[in-house]
Amino acid sequence: MIKGWRELKIGGVITEPGSSEKYNTGEWRAWRPVFEADKCVNCMLCWVFCPDSSILVEEEKMVGVDYDHCKGCGICAHECPTNALEMKPEYLFREED
Amino acid sequence: MIEIRWHARGGQGAVTASKILASAVIREGKYAQSNPDYGAERSGAPLRAYNRVSEKPITLHCMVLNPDIVVVVDPTLLKAVPFLEGTDENAILVINTDKTPQEVREKYGIKGRKIYTVDATKIAMEELKRPLMNVPMLGALVKVLNGLVDIKTVEEDIKKAFGKKISENALAANVRALYRAYEEVQSE
Amino acid sequence: MRPELIKEVTYVPYSGNMAAAEAMRQINPDVVAAYPITPQTELMQFFADFVANGLVDSEYIPVESEHSAMSACVGAAAAGSRAMTATAGPGLAYMWEVLGIASGMRLPIVMTVVNRALSAPINIHGDQSDMMGARDQGWIMLFSENAEEQYDNLIQAIRIAEDERTRLPVMVGMDGFVISHAIERVRLLPDRAVEEFVGELKPMYPLLDVDNPVTHGAVAMTDSYMEFKRQQREAMTNAYKVIKEVGEAFEEAFGRKYEHIETYKTEDADYILVITGSAAGTAKYVVDKLREEKSIKAGLIKIRTFRPFPYNDVMDAIEASNCKAIGIFDRAETFGGASGPLFEEVATTQYLRRKYYPMTGFIYGLGGRDTNVNHIEEAIDKLMRLAAGEEIPLVNYLNLKE
Repeated sequence: MIKGWRELKIGGVITEPGSSEKYNTGEWRAWRPVFEADKCVNCMLCWVFCPDSSILVEEEKMVGVDYDHCKGCGICAHECPTNALEMKPEYLFREED
Repeated sequence: MIEIRWHARGGQGAVTASKILASAVIREGKYAQSNPDYGAERSGAPLRAYNRVSEKPITLHCMVLNPDIVVVVDPTLLKAVPFLEGTDENAILVINTDKTPQEVREKYGIKGRKIYTVDATKIAMEELKRPLMNVPMLGALVKVLNGLVDIKTVEEDIKKAFGKKISENALAANVRALYRAYEEVQSE
Repeated sequence: MRPELIKEVTYVPYSGNMAAAEAMRQINPDVVAAYPITPQTELMQFFADFVANGLVDSEYIPVESEHSAMSACVGAAAAGSRAMTATAGPGLAYMWEVLGIASGMRLPIVMTVVNRALSAPINIHGDQSDMMGARDQGWIMLFSENAEEQYDNLIQAIRIAEDERTRLPVMVGMDGFVISHAIERVRLLPDRAVEEFVGELKPMYPLLDVDNPVTHGAVAMTDSYMEFKRQQREAMTNAYKVIKEVGEAFEEAFGRKYEHIETYKTEDADYILVITGSAAGTAKYVVDKLREEKSIKAGLIKIRTFRPFPYNDVMDAIEASNCKAIGIFDRAETFGGASGPLFEEVATTQYLRRKYYPMTGFIYGLGGRDTNVNHIEEAIDKLMRLAAGEEIPLVNYLNLKE
């Protein structure tokens, strides 16, 4: 909820670090990268190319996609040399209202 | 308030002389302005510079139109520019020339006005070895100002203005030129 | 520790540029970023000398353009440092985009503007079109009549800008050449007294405070942009009070009065002149001359604060006088507007009180055109005719070749 002009910090300053994480850009996604761990060789190309830092890595292994922030641009799937990431229409995963 | 207009050519140091005069007057606790008439600065082109000198604060921020004193630094300007412009018959003219005031009056048909002459070019050539007539003309002007500013204060301001830029010998020559013109300026 | 150069109040023969540079030396800003442009070049050259000679602690950044100069100041100020710069005419125009960034980000940057004409035709001389063109960019704007006012105004501007109620950048204008390059008597204050007066900058949300990380210059979409603009109006409203308070503090400390406007013999005046900048000085001379020679009672309102515009001060002075006609002097054009920018402010002033006086505008001094005693007398003559019921156009040019 955006505050009124009396409450907002002057000059548009944001004093809460990393608050952009609260912005669920995953809502914008029309295509979803679907990860198949069996095909993955952990080359990390997807991690390098993802413009939204949405490739989840644990102990030097690719473990999946942060769907709260992934916008579905498809770069990861395009770069993946083993087709471990595949773009599928989002409606297959989301229920319509 | 006394208003002064300088006529010189670019590169002859008239702007510097007018600044030195203003500095000296201000250092003596009075009020002064020095305002060059900036245009496209070209060496050798005729230029004007202005001074206002007063016992009281000066608020005018415009060109001097009716000078009480006109200083002509370069004798060739007497034919080239309307140096009498805006002056009335009470005006004082301080002219660099090898002629006497009477000769200048006759040659240029000047009516009224008080004419002072000084051979600043000769003084400059003898003392500075270069045709830099600004300091000798300043010396002559200080004499004409008749005690309004002390020649010693002007000397100090010359040292302040030139001190770091020229050699000790050149500085001493400038000071000699200042005093020579102060002594040698003649009236009718 | 930088050396103390001026230990007591001193009267010196200084040009406007020298006075502004001296004020900057005494303020000793953390960062100065500038690009040279006539007639400001000399000012920055004097300041660069101070830097080279170790007389200031400032980080001096000679940038490649005015756009970059202001950008560097924005970065420096956001980082939490005291940033200053100076420019003139086309330099200010080139800076225009970043002016709004400085005010929108609420950064207390202080800048001298040596008022110069805008191209074309190209012209380097005195003219207020530069600042008038930037008048709605959210900066506090002060105009100086002479070199000493430029010095005093710059010192005050630091406190005005940095006050928590304002946090807005301030530009201080002086007329090009007529003030910037002319030598006049200027009163300098002791180094320590200036240091004490401007005080220490209290940074707000500095980028360099790593324990409290902040984001500056974030996007604001349709849902919040207007709120930030509303804040800026509030800050400008506050600035009116702050400028007044700082002026009072300055008077208390150094004995010279600074208000939003200066009135000169307006109390019994029949004809009121409204002027900003150096021509106000010439007008004072004319006011005295006409009173002495012809018993014509003219008075002058000199506008020192142009933003926020001191509507009440102007109207109080007019109402307290015997005003029969007002002449507004603009050293800038508003092509297609009723008359000049100052004219429009004074017209609004009357509307706010629902009190109307015969009024006309004089456009003067564009591109350094001389405005002397005769021209101001000519303007007062027109005001007398206006007061007597004669039709006078809204735009009158002074010293124009017809």
